[in-house]
Amino acid sequence: MSAPDGLLLEVNDLAMRYAVRRRSPFEARRYVHAVNGIDIRLRHGETLGIVGESGCGKTTLARCILRLLEPTRGRIVLNGRDITHAKGGELRAARRDMQFVFQDPYASLDPRLRAVDLVREPLDALSTLSRAEANERAIGLLEKVGLTRAQAQRYPHQFSGGQRQRIGIARALALNPKLVLADEPVSALDVSIRAQILNLMAALREELGLSYIVISHDLAIIDHVCDRVAIIYLGRIVEQGEVADVFNRPRHPYTQALLAAVPHHDPRQRRRAAEIVGDLPNPTAPPPGCTFHPRCPKATDLCKRVAPQTTTTDGHDVACHHPD
Amino acid sequence: MLALILKKPKAVAGLSLVGLMLLLALLAPWIAPYDPLALDPAVSNQAPSGQFWLGTDFFGRDVLSRMIWGARPSLLIGFASVAVGCLIGSAIGLAAGYFRGWVDAVLMRPVDVLLSFPIVVLALALVAALGPSLFNLIITISLLFVPRFARVVRAEAMALRELDYIDAARVAGQRPVAIITRHVLPNAMAQIIVTCTVFMANAILVEAGLSFLGVGVTPPEPSWGNMLAEGRNNILGAPWLTTFPGVMLTLTLIGFNLLGDALRDILDPRLRGLHS
Repeated sequence: MSAPDGLLLEVNDLAMRYAVRRRSPFEARRYVHAVNGIDIRLRHGETLGIVGESGCGKTTLARCILRLLEPTRGRIVLNGRDITHAKGGELRAARRDMQFVFQDPYASLDPRLRAVDLVREPLDALSTLSRAEANERAIGLLEKVGLTRAQAQRYPHQFSGGQRQRIGIARALALNPKLVLADEPVSALDVSIRAQILNLMAALREELGLSYIVISHDLAIIDHVCDRVAIIYLGRIVEQGEVADVFNRPRHPYTQALLAAVPHHDPRQRRRAAEIVGDLPNPTAPPPGCTFHPRCPKATDLCKRVAPQTTTTDGHDVACHHPD
Repeated sequence: MLALILKKPKAVAGLSLVGLMLLLALLAPWIAPYDPLALDPAVSNQAPSGQFWLGTDFFGRDVLSRMIWGARPSLLIGFASVAVGCLIGSAIGLAAGYFRGWVDAVLMRPVDVLLSFPIVVLALALVAALGPSLFNLIITISLLFVPRFARVVRAEAMALRELDYIDAARVAGQRPVAIITRHVLPNAMAQIIVTCTVFMANAILVEAGLSFLGVGVTPPEPSWGNMLAEGRNNILGAPWLTTFPGVMLTLTLIGFNLLGDALRDILDPRLRGLHS
């Protein structure tokens, strides 16, 4: 079943651009390159974190991989099958291996379906189980994520945010997927609930041998659940590697700045790094050369003219002319 | 649901008026004091009295009986044409709004063409082509409401398709038709019900208008529209001929509009409560 090279997911040079609405038909077409040439390789059982600030293309990346969007360039290979342009039945078949946990547990559950129906939906659509079997499996999954048999008959508005996210996770697991993408799975939840959900996700990974791609802007969450991490800036990966490696020895100035922004309980331990200034540039007109140069404390003339290539040392990728 | 309706005075008033008209229509054979078609030249053009509560017309027919029987074609045509218009229009609107792209373009162009005609002009042309009969009236008025339903439901489907739970259904591997029937339609239902209620009033008004113009319910069958038409020549001499069917028509329209208004208030915040 699995691809010979042991890769679960391979993403090559993925790009997604959106046309910007023109004010007149004579205006030149402009595009937002939300994702601009991203490569990801995920092995079976591995968990990858994706980090970046708002508007950097994290969510677009996830929606492309899930094929809720069709990318404008690149290739997505899931479990040895190219799904970049899959449609209809082929695409639905790919959903068996790949599921999604949504960011907002309030908006992602249909208010008119009971918990058990929501969890059963993927089974109804893609499995050959009978209705009774699917019902039993759905209730079993709800119990696995910590809800009761009685709660299975309730509607989404009768649950708390944390409980709703548990329903979302149970639903994502219904088809025994190999890969679960989670877009900010806990950012909509109370801080007190977050650890519960993250621990549940970690426990399920051990038990079911899942791979995760976790999107977050919270570095602590990435540190807690991920093996590897990719830092995204303006639609490109600027740094990628083992979590311990990247967090302890960040090589890209952007990563360094992100890590420096994390508050530390001990003032003497606070990292000292040049802070980045300004906002994310206008994505319809990204700066030439390295897209980070206007905000980078180390920028030189070279950075303003030439986009840096990604270099790899000991499995730690960085796209910078002046890495540490 | 019913408890919520009973808490709103607007809803109670609307529901009572609509219920009253429905009862009149259903029970017409038992509650009408006279045969609505029976002619009696001896009692021509009599003012309301103890014998004829709402008076008689030129042919000596009892106005009260005709008015009660006249509720039947109005409500029957209203319900039937709104039902047909809603079924076809909603199907078009759901498909166009959910799929967008070429499906939207192909389905909505004819809809726009139909919408560009004034209601009465289109209705007159259709009835003239088909010939006046109850069945043809229903066909005609249905056809008037198909594009109107399609527009409303399409807008609702377009709003719903952007929601996370529709994406969630796609990720779950649902086929598009299943997504529409399981997720889009149930969540658009509140809007569709409200639209049906409001369009019901419009349909009854169109029926009355066509009957008034002589291409609707054909005399001697009574309908509020043709009673108004028959009475209008003698509106000063025998005002009871036009007043009472006019009042009935007005009350029915007010009833459906109040009900639609109240349903909108009741269904909307509850829906918002469920979404958030």
